[in-house]
Amino acid sequence: MPQVSLTVNGKTSTVEVEGRTLLVELLREKLGLTGTHVGCDTSQCGACVVHVNGASVKACTMLALQAEGAQVITIEGLAAADGTLHPMQEMFREHHALQCGFCTPGMVMSAIDLVQTHPQGITEDEIRHGLEGNLCRCTGYHNIVKAIAAAWPIMHGKQVPLAAE
Amino acid sequence: MYDFAYQKPSNVADAVKALGADPEAKALAGGQTFIPVLKQRLNKPTVIVDLSKLGLTGITVTATAVTIGGMTTHWDVAHSEAARKAIPGLVDLAGQIGDNQVRHRGTIGGSLANNDPSACYTSAVLALGATIKTDRRSIPADEFFAGMFTTVLEQGELITAVEFPIPEKSHYMKFRNPASRYAMVGVYVAKGPKGVRVAVTGAGQGGVFRHAAMEAALSANWSPDAVANIKTPPDDLNSDIHGSAEYRAHLIGVMAKRAVAAAG
Repeated sequence: MPQVSLTVNGKTSTVEVEGRTLLVELLREKLGLTGTHVGCDTSQCGACVVHVNGASVKACTMLALQAEGAQVITIEGLAAADGTLHPMQEMFREHHALQCGFCTPGMVMSAIDLVQTHPQGITEDEIRHGLEGNLCRCTGYHNIVKAIAAAWPIMHGKQVPLAAE
Repeated sequence: MYDFAYQKPSNVADAVKALGADPEAKALAGGQTFIPVLKQRLNKPTVIVDLSKLGLTGITVTATAVTIGGMTTHWDVAHSEAARKAIPGLVDLAGQIGDNQVRHRGTIGGSLANNDPSACYTSAVLALGATIKTDRRSIPADEFFAGMFTTVLEQGELITAVEFPIPEKSHYMKFRNPASRYAMVGVYVAKGPKGVRVAVTGAGQGGVFRHAAMEAALSANWSPDAVANIKTPPDDLNSDIHGSAEYRAHLIGVMAKRAVAAAG
């Protein structure tokens, strides 16, 4: 059986997989990282978004073997060792940017990529378009957009965020 | 998904050899269409040949052409400042394909080889009169597309690069499916070294096509008004739950008019 070696949340693993094993299956079933969710399994909902070599991708639409040698970050890899949340997670909590929470891991991973790729600032319109690959079945988009806007200055070291409404 | 053997060759010759050795072998580019197809068990390859280590990425801009490596992602095209200066319409198009996550993985070569009737890139290739470079030949855009999900590529033939002549002006306008954001109708208009060319995606039963009546009208008078009253016959257009052929025929006119206006 083929093997894949990759680094997930800073820890290098070598795992036996099948050719057809998806990256999301490797993460959830082989490495036990069940924070990455499978929502639609048809590349549309974005619940499975992780970072591969710094870019957000849908882990249900990538073979595990394609991740050979890759640096992967999942939702479990965001908080500091002492439990301090990543600013994006903190702002999702602060702004109540989740209802059932199922889409949240993917939303957070997409949102971090979105903020990182907009170093000059980000508009509400850019946030909404930037979330096209993530669906929230609770339709809680409004607070998600607020949380991302609030996380931008923290992640870019610009200013202290305003308190949530 | 059915299981398969997986290979990741490190040069084009080995990839072509692996694909040529087995008629049931399939090439994997970005996988943003192919992996969903495999998950639905609509395809059962024996071997998957991953093209990611062949060195086919990158964008080169000269005074007359933009050349994009076959494995270059939509994201990289959408964020290329050099390409944007040369052909802004093409760069805008790349930024409208799918979503950020799809753009991070999906490639121009994969999109063209698949020739989805609602793909965006096909219209740019046809309207700009691009040349598709493969491991064995150069194919003009006018000869490349051979009907829905079909091209003239041979078994195992790989797109190594796509060369776009730089136009005087061009623009792409698409009416997006509101849920999935593919082109229900997309129109790419271009005025350049190959003359005035108009290509329509998303609408035709046979995939992307050139719009002769609009090309003639825009050659005589490059303005939104020139295409405003051109009717497109609905006979060979798609009808589905998202829109009738007549609706798509109407959208072609609207998108063409907007594309010419935006191209300036």
